[in-house]
Amino acid sequence: MSNVLVLAEVTPTGELSATVPSLLAAAAKLGTPVAVVATAPGVGSALTEQLGSLGAQKVYLAETDAAGSVLSGVAADALTSAVEALQPSAVLLAGSIDGREAAARLAVRTNGGLVHDAVDVRADGDKVVATHSVFGGAYTVESTVEGGLAIVTVRHGAVEGTADAATPEVVNADVSVDASKYAAIDSFNNVKAETTRPELLGASKVVSGGRGLGSKEAFDLVEKLADSLGAAVGASRAAVDAGYVPQSYQVGQTGVSVSPQLYIALGISGAIQHRAGMQTAKTIVAINKDGDAPIFEIADFGIVGDIFTIVPQLVEAIEARAK
Amino acid sequence: MRIIALIKQVPDTGGERRLDLTTGLLDRDASDKIIDEINERALEVALAYKDANKGTEVVVMTMGPEDATGTIRKALSMGADSGIHIADASLVGSDSAWSAEVLAAALQREQFDLVVAGNESTDGRGGVVPIMIAERLGLPAIGSLDSVELSDGSVRGERATESGSMTVSSALPAVISVTERAAEPRFPNFKGIMTAKKKPIGVLSLSELGLSEASGGRSVVLSTQERPARTAGKKIVDDGSAAAQLADFLAAERLI
Ligand SMILES: Cc1cc2nc3c(=O)[nH]c(=O)nc-3n(C[C@H](O)[C@H](O)[C@H](O)COP(=O)(O)OP(=O)(O)OC[C@H]3O[C@@H](n4cnc5c(N)ncnc54)[C@H](O)[C@@H]3O)c2cc1C
Ligand SMILES: Nc1ncnc2c1ncn2[C@@H]1O[C@H](COP(=O)(O)O)[C@@H](O)[C@H]1O
Repeated sequence: MSNVLVLAEVTPTGELSATVPSLLAAAAKLGTPVAVVATAPGVGSALTEQLGSLGAQKVYLAETDAAGSVLSGVAADALTSAVEALQPSAVLLAGSIDGREAAARLAVRTNGGLVHDAVDVRADGDKVVATHSVFGGAYTVESTVEGGLAIVTVRHGAVEGTADAATPEVVNADVSVDASKYAAIDSFNNVKAETTRPELLGASKVVSGGRGLGSKEAFDLVEKLADSLGAAVGASRAAVDAGYVPQSYQVGQTGVSVSPQLYIALGISGAIQHRAGMQTAKTIVAINKDGDAPIFEIADFGIVGDIFTIVPQLVEAIEARAK
Repeated sequence: MRIIALIKQVPDTGGERRLDLTTGLLDRDASDKIIDEINERALEVALAYKDANKGTEVVVMTMGPEDATGTIRKALSMGADSGIHIADASLVGSDSAWSAEVLAAALQREQFDLVVAGNESTDGRGGVVPIMIAERLGLPAIGSLDSVELSDGSVRGERATESGSMTVSSALPAVISVTERAAEPRFPNFKGIMTAKKKPIGVLSLSELGLSEASGGRSVVLSTQERPARTAGKKIVDDGSAAAQLADFLAAERLI
């Protein structure tokens, strides 16, 4: 079977990115999964065992001082070197900011072709076929690469399943990065919030709030309902713009796309750009005081009413049942 | 300083967007065509610098169909000085790699200190064209900046990471892309709209750029299927019992 490279991103604090397990699972559908790791010296080998347990049969390890001090170049250089050494049939990367940048550079360097935002992959003969969910799930599109190496970015949380664990062979790569070609990382500002809530991406339940909440303080209501359900918290762009929550909470066309079992929209009108990020949810619930709000067009259960009256009662009802 | 803003014409997302089920390409007649909102923000970054620094020139560049001139006019009415339009019938359905190759060839003919783009286009959503251009031109790149501080000779800003943010910087010339956070675009005023009509737009064909077809692999659409539209379910008006009814519904669906 041919090698399929996965860019295993490492966070500034030296942990494997949450995107890695599903990338390795996707790679296993196409060939022999190989994890490419570009990181500061001394960090990579500690990750090898973990990568093996996630399905990497080989780890291509590029340790360099430049990791953490130059932008996007280290991963691209490591991948370029891995492509030369291992002649893969495909390269899979996360659709993250760094993943996309590495994919873009690699595509130019290898004269490859890039397909992005795959929600699934499969092999068809020697072709790699990627499935995409376009315009908020309104269309399902299949695509492939012709005339060059297939480079695929994969939507986080979309590919399910796991790859069989392996004891990986480690290849230490000698990658020298010319830092002058890239922008510099001057500092990290890690503000990983101490939260026990599930992450928005990949969450099975999401409760989102919109401009209808009216203030940052009132957004508490959304969090209370989320906590009673064990759900992640999301928001509309209007709520983000008004400063109720950070930008990472934004659901929609220019925010996160979620496909949970349950999506509850509180005080959200349901603009087409918001719907593009949540309309593939299995069950949609909406509470809005405007009976004509477009969110009701796609809600499985809609309540025309005031969130400030209904949500506290709902939290109470859910907690009563939990007992 | 000379800044080139990359702008793209996209279907208005306020309306329904459609794909042609036989070609898998965007049905360009199905929606209104507008300048991508993210590109108005990118342009705003350039115009704000121009407002504060006399002698700054802002050029917009687009690769797109004939009627993308409208997109350029909008940018000129916001305050850009001139436009470059790469228009060629054979560019219909170009993928990111080929778009970047064409734009890079056009940029190569220009003097500039900074290229500013959107982090991702509304229709393509690849978020790769600006970085591909930088790679082709051998320039440093910073993608997805949430804030931009531009000064003579350098650019710096904040960009998000999985667990927080980082401060990044680069010497100029460089290519950057910006997110929705970076700037609130201005509206064109009356004077802007009037003077836009007189500002120059240069049109370039592929042969003038010395290009004919993509040098690397291509992404090819194999099939396109439309999913059935979602329909509305139960809708009730709260009479004091709505919360209890919803709890029953969630329990019946095994969601609580
Ligand atoms: C290019 C582009 C990209 C965009 N991307 C996104 C995106 O990614 N995500 C996104 O969300 N939006 C996006 N938008 C913005 C989108 O068009 C809407 O403006 C936004 O989603 C509106 O947010 P909202 O529903 O919270 O606010 P509003 O539309 O103002 O709706 C608030 C709702 O709250 C209801 N309400 C008020 N008070 C109460 C109450 N007490 N009880 C019950 N209901 C109440 C009102 O009836 C109203 O329906 C984008 C727009 C553009 C142009
Ligand atoms: N055809 C084009 N013409 C001009 N700029 C473009 C074009 N395609 C992409 N861009 C620029 O690259 C950014 C990211 O696009 P994309 O990689 O398609 O998501 C856009 O916001 C534009 O600034």
